[in-house]
Amino acid sequence: MDLRFSLAEEAFRAEVRAFMADSLCPETAAKVRERRTLTKHDMEAYHAALNERGWLAPSWPAAYGGAGWTPVQKHIFDEEAARASAPRLVPFGIAMLAPVLFRFGTQAQRDHYLPRILDGTDWWCQGYSEPGAGSDLAGLNTRAVRDGDEYIVNGQKTWTTLGQHADWIFCLLRTKPDGKPQEGISFLLIDMKTPGVELRPIRLIEGGYEVNEIFLTDVRVPASNLVGEENMGWTVAKYLLTHERNNIAGVGFSIAAFESLLAYARMPRRSGRRLIDDMLFAARLARIEVDLEAMKITNLRLVVAGETSGAPGVESSILKIKGVEIRQALNDLSRRALGPAAAPFPSEDLDGNAALVPPEQAANAGEYFNNRKMSIYGGSNEIQKNILAKGMLGL
Amino acid sequence: MNFEQTDDRRMLTDSLSRLLTDACDAKTRNVTAYAAPFHSPDLWSKLADLGVFHALADPAQGGFGGTGFDITTIFQALGKALCPEPVLPTLMAARLLTHAGADLGPLLSGAVHYAVAVGELDSWSLDEIETTARNGTLTGRKSVVYGGAVAEKILVVARDGAELSLFEIAPADAEVIPYAMIDGGGAAEVFLDATPAQLLRKNAGAAVQDALDAAALALSAEALGAMDVTRDTVVDYLKQRRQFGRPIGNNQALQHRAVELMTEIEQVRSIVILAASRMGTDSQSRTVSMCKHLSGRVARRVAEEAIQMHGGIAMTWEAPVSHYAKRLVMIDSQFGDTDYHIKRVMEGLQAT
Repeated sequence: MDLRFSLAEEAFRAEVRAFMADSLCPETAAKVRERRTLTKHDMEAYHAALNERGWLAPSWPAAYGGAGWTPVQKHIFDEEAARASAPRLVPFGIAMLAPVLFRFGTQAQRDHYLPRILDGTDWWCQGYSEPGAGSDLAGLNTRAVRDGDEYIVNGQKTWTTLGQHADWIFCLLRTKPDGKPQEGISFLLIDMKTPGVELRPIRLIEGGYEVNEIFLTDVRVPASNLVGEENMGWTVAKYLLTHERNNIAGVGFSIAAFESLLAYARMPRRSGRRLIDDMLFAARLARIEVDLEAMKITNLRLVVAGETSGAPGVESSILKIKGVEIRQALNDLSRRALGPAAAPFPSEDLDGNAALVPPEQAANAGEYFNNRKMSIYGGSNEIQKNILAKGMLGL
Repeated sequence: MNFEQTDDRRMLTDSLSRLLTDACDAKTRNVTAYAAPFHSPDLWSKLADLGVFHALADPAQGGFGGTGFDITTIFQALGKALCPEPVLPTLMAARLLTHAGADLGPLLSGAVHYAVAVGELDSWSLDEIETTARNGTLTGRKSVVYGGAVAEKILVVARDGAELSLFEIAPADAEVIPYAMIDGGGAAEVFLDATPAQLLRKNAGAAVQDALDAAALALSAEALGAMDVTRDTVVDYLKQRRQFGRPIGNNQALQHRAVELMTEIEQVRSIVILAASRMGTDSQSRTVSMCKHLSGRVARRVAEEAIQMHGGIAMTWEAPVSHYAKRLVMIDSQFGDTDYHIKRVMEGLQAT
């Protein structure tokens, strides 16, 4: 048992910290701290800075620009990025499509798409969920019918995160309507500019805009855009889902949220008293702190296990469940900490002198509502429990 | 970064687990646990021979361990077997005697059983100790003194002017009333009335807190060991017990609850590791309080769910799971419950 990072790991942490100090745009960091919407340019600029440093796609093979980081180094990077209020990396190209291309793509597909992901030419989005296929993804119904050298695609995708910025979408589509649902699915790459692709925004509960519906009507896609074999898309999807579990606990974001809330609770209020001296509030916050301290170690245990075993196993569902519970508990307490000042809809009219709370707290209610999504996406917490019941308890 | 046990600790754990499987099976355990003196001299000497007591003490004092991870390794194994032997007071005495610069020889060999009398009738807090030292004697009452039923020596914490001091008394010089605890094992009420006492250390507040921290860590590890067994028992039962023509574990409601227990137990494992690693650092006390809080919270949930999911059978004395459930709940009453320890965590947040 040794919970210390090695000297080399600490040196790496210092490098990441220096990079964030030098290269992360302060305005972008302020937006992240204040939970304001990032522009496409904000995210692209951060990606470009990382790419210049060789850190945009650390887990890729070295030949394609990977950094050869260990899982512990990746963890340290995630920690420092959250600490510096860096934007979340847009995962669709780097962390989702790329691993699929390495495993299932042709050489021509790798050579074409991967450099364009790195240099920001192509922004990717994910076409998995459908109105009738959420947790039961294999029930998807958007059809792709082979017609010569093309597929003709018809149907609807939904919950497409940041699709409004995307140039390309990778889709799971039904290529065989009969037989077992899992055996008739294919993985296809579609240019968003193709005629018949229509994107409509979905406004979310707190008022923000980050997800979309995508309607596909007689969209003609070159057959060369198929990844892997026809009807083998479910294998590709399952492989991709294991990569979606990276940094699934979001511990760094919870640490940042905890520290922001603690700092606010320690500020004297008009009465001179501090919120943290309220015993009920302090007890609630302390309880979350205990869960978070345990979570940090649970996360590290699985990171270190990943050093030897390679891919994360079903245990990472523990990280998803518990990590999300902690984050949502922090969101809840952060909202309640504002008392009556939690109520206003965020507005520029309430900046400056009219502000009710410091800018880092103004979005607390909105984020509380927005982060209810966390226990739903990426496999709902109920699905994670099904996975664990079967995979770890043998039930 | 490494979460593996050292070879030495793994060997000790394996040997200890084998010994307890043989000498502390459920039936034997329940006899010892509820009948005075709540102690098996045979098992005790085997624990001593194995080096369990040496593993709880610093090498400078003749031991070969004494770190946080030595404590958690041993107490997890004891927890798995619900071992009722007074190892906890031995750990606390080893810490206190070390701070007092006293000889640990008789403790390490197992020749002398120690009890440690800190808490009083209605409080775990050192601030509320009323037992008082005057002219080399002690007067007051110490409550629920673990291991008090078999102790040849009792270490007593008493108010000594403005400070707390540590004393040693012979049980024969006090009135000692032994009894069983509801979850097994022995304790005693110790009445002191101008009882002659030998001063071991003045200004003992920090030393006593260290012993309390070690005890809370040990109890959390013991709970973790007992929870691991309880979880396995629950999962086996869910697979075996059939109702409505199928195993009850086919019900998603029960599957999810079993998963929640597993998830929370892993969180306890993590905080036990963290607290063990912080022993001897500035954050020892606060991290141990986090650990005792979380282990207490989860232990009660595991116990209550284990009873519920076993149905009526868990309500019987005969089913081992009922004894695990009792131990898991009652650990919270030892050396500070979840509320007591969360307040200590809160103090750190409230500091300016």
